[in-house]
Amino acid sequence: MLGSLTIILVCQLLGEIITRLTGLPVPGPVIGMLLLFCGLLLKQNLPSELEGAANSLHRYLALLFVPAGVGVITNLDLLVRSWLPLGGAILIGTAVTIAVTGQVMQRANRHNQQNEGGTP
Amino acid sequence: MTGDVSQLWVYLSTTPLLWLAVTLIAYQLGSWLFRRLGCSPIFNPVLIAVLILVLLLKLSNTPYQTYFKGAQFIHFLLGPATVALAIPLYREVAMIRKTFRPIAITLLLGSLAAIVSAVGIAWLLGGERVLLLTLAPKSVTTPIAMGISEQIGGLPSLTAVAVVLTGITGTVIGDLVLNWMRVHDDTARGMAFGVASHGIGTAHAMQKSRTAGAFSALAMALNGLLTALLLPILISLLR
Repeated sequence: MLGSLTIILVCQLLGEIITRLTGLPVPGPVIGMLLLFCGLLLKQNLPSELEGAANSLHRYLALLFVPAGVGVITNLDLLVRSWLPLGGAILIGTAVTIAVTGQVMQRANRHNQQNEGGTP
Repeated sequence: MTGDVSQLWVYLSTTPLLWLAVTLIAYQLGSWLFRRLGCSPIFNPVLIAVLILVLLLKLSNTPYQTYFKGAQFIHFLLGPATVALAIPLYREVAMIRKTFRPIAITLLLGSLAAIVSAVGIAWLLGGERVLLLTLAPKSVTTPIAMGISEQIGGLPSLTAVAVVLTGITGTVIGDLVLNWMRVHDDTARGMAFGVASHGIGTAHAMQKSRTAGAFSALAMALNGLLTALLLPILISLLR
């Protein structure tokens, strides 16, 4: 467990260093994720200990968003003033995004499978 | 007696322990209510926990900074949890390789749909400029969204809230919208949750199916990267 957590934190640290040095607008943990992913691709297998560490981090993934969510308290006035555009954009925008993304992926998948079937 | 109590409060309110413990209690209360009320997505544990905590902070007159001193230990874990998304991603690597082209097309269109719908609807409903910039990265995972918001001139803390609300909204309406649109493919459902509702959507997709969870994690990660690159360019074109 300790070894796996160390690997995860080192990937995050390297990610932070890379974003700072290159000035990329991408956050460190995302670069860290790509680094760990590439590492696993090179290693070609997934240590069960690392999988266990990831599972325990992801079991409570939703909880990790609570502190940022409570940050709403610092912008309550803008929130009250702009509830309509804010609520509308979140509700309708999210529905539109889910519909578009789901439909495009399903169609593109079918197209992909047909093409694969057509070229033996 | 009252002197003792107020001294205890003075002590407790200065240690990170209090709000760390209260955050955990609020979340578990949220989870308990969620299960008690038949797992209806409207009673999202995150939403309930946030509401309880905001109420408690208001009632006790505690500034957010004080709260965050305790809650930062939970917030910190978002980083490692994001890095660890590489693992579900790796598990599905064969599937990802096979569907690479659909993934690329879907990401580009989905990412654009998320930005354009958020900004467009907020603008139509009379949102001020700073609100549009704050909402533009709302479908991206919190740490990326806050970074983008700051860069393009939005309000990062309000972006964080919009991100969390978007995540919750996605899990509440996602299955309804997808069923209505007749999207039954697990990879497509996963992509939809990941692009529209980042980590909260991914947590939801993981509970439904392993494939959906992996594609959601992939979509969330790549959508974060893509939006971070696309949005500053789109904004500079509009100026």
